Amino acid sequence: MSAIQTTLKSRSSSAFDVERIRADFPILKLTVNDKPLVYLDNAASSQMPQPVIDRLVRYQTTQHANINRAVHYLSEVATSEFEEARRKLQHFINANEEREVIFTSGTTDAINLVMHGYGRKFIGAGDEIILTTLEHHSNIVPWQMLAEEKGAKIRVVPINDAGELLIDEYEKLFNERTKFVGVTHVSNALGTINPVKEMIAFAHARGVPVLVDGAQAAPHMKVDVQDLDCDFYAFSGHKLCGPTGIGILYGGAALLENMQPFKGGGDMILSVTFEKTTYNTIPHKFEAGTPPIAAAIGLGAAVDYLSEIGMDAIAAHELALLEYATEQINSMPGVRIIGTAGHKAAVLSFAVDGVHPHDIGTLLNQEGVAVRTGHHCAQPVMQRLHVPATSRASFAFYNSMDEVDALIAGIRTVQKIFT
Amino acid sequence: MANYKSLYQEVILDHNKKPRNYGAIESPSHHAVGHNPLCGDHISVDIVLGDERINNIAFQGESCAICKASASMMTTAIKGKTRAEAETLIQEFLAMATGKLSHDACPNIGRLAVFAGVSELPTRVKCAILPWHTLSGAFNAVATTSTEAEQDPMHAPIGDA
Repeated sequence: MSAIQTTLKSRSSSAFDVERIRADFPILKLTVNDKPLVYLDNAASSQMPQPVIDRLVRYQTTQHANINRAVHYLSEVATSEFEEARRKLQHFINANEEREVIFTSGTTDAINLVMHGYGRKFIGAGDEIILTTLEHHSNIVPWQMLAEEKGAKIRVVPINDAGELLIDEYEKLFNERTKFVGVTHVSNALGTINPVKEMIAFAHARGVPVLVDGAQAAPHMKVDVQDLDCDFYAFSGHKLCGPTGIGILYGGAALLENMQPFKGGGDMILSVTFEKTTYNTIPHKFEAGTPPIAAAIGLGAAVDYLSEIGMDAIAAHELALLEYATEQINSMPGVRIIGTAGHKAAVLSFAVDGVHPHDIGTLLNQEGVAVRTGHHCAQPVMQRLHVPATSRASFAFYNSMDEVDALIAGIRTVQKIFT
Repeated sequence: MANYKSLYQEVILDHNKKPRNYGAIESPSHHAVGHNPLCGDHISVDIVLGDERINNIAFQGESCAICKASASMMTTAIKGKTRAEAETLIQEFLAMATGKLSHDACPNIGRLAVFAGVSELPTRVKCAILPWHTLSGAFNAVATTSTEAEQDPMHAPIGDA
């Protein structure tokens, strides 16, 4: 190990007590194939700390009933805890008002809500929607469905070989037909952090609203929707140490009020007759049916947990992991990092010469190391960078420098088997 | 737990590195392309089927080691066999790889038994069976096939196995 690598490895450990944090995550004590689990698939889903697990248990054992309905004790407790979770999420992203925070089933559901609620009402034939090459399929397919239905057109912001958006090209895509922009805050496949604040300012100067897909950003950095000035911000609970089946759509109150409902049903109405239904106020207009109450409350506990550690401390530790892993991989012959943007979150996509990503994934698993292999639901990125698939290690704040070493040792084992 | 190492045996690594019958045949009597949309892997299989036997077979494509070795070993096993023999072997391989039959219960499987371990890796079964699925498509004049197709052996019952 060179001097610089030693420095990179030791940099994070003094300020950030990763071992104390790891003790909060029971699943990290598992062994896989007789090796300690090294969980590096956090961009797909993160693990849950004990305080969140405990919160779910407390809700189910002492607080559960349906919300917004009955006058009995449990219904009142559940409703109050559910709305308290909404306030926690409001503060987590610094939304101006709690009614701007809509519980969805996840990022995909949130984007589909905007497509149906905003897109189907305000985007028509000949209108243009700007997306980027870095989008996850969940921020491509809904807009394609809308474009097909309405006769609208998708315009795509290209990237350079490092995986960075070409902002000049983005700006050139705007014209009088541009009606919407969808952009990912952080690329799930490459880790690129996009300059969304500047992109939003440019779009707003032309009267165009912007949806930011924050699925990969919210878990790893401080998100301030007022500072970004985004119109919509979508993210998932299960990538944020929370449960699956819950996510958030932030939307500006004025926009949300003008949108049509996405799903019809209970809770989203004020009155129903067979002649006419009056929709409820926001956020309830967009929360038809019984929501995942426990998951929402669990997500509230998860953002409490993350806030206690501090998103800035989390981002700093993850950056240290990324820099150390990048340094290590760059020193390995035959291994290439895919996605070398100047500004990256802790996602490391890589290719090993002569070895298919699926073989890498299976062999790393044999060493207890969990990575994702494949196209990462971002096929346009893969096509642009001329790789069919990559292996992806994605870090969370509970990962340690020793786990980076385990990844590197695992890649060496793969190379040895395939020579 | 499965011993994953057993899957990456020397014979599989060797066929991955030096695939046999790799390439295309100029005028095949049968041809099909197989595609696994989940990982982007694709291979093509060309056959020259004579009156009685498979006179020639070749494959090419982009895939992982498991898929490529399976294709390579398939070509060496199939060449010179009758179509009926080849189809029996396809059924045995699919049954073994999907864990419906142990390799001991597959009388014609021979050296292909090295792929038995893949049945314990559900995410990798499709890698091993793609070439066989494609060969079956070629025999049945299905020009393109997919691991996600209706006839996907992962989803359809295989004979009475």
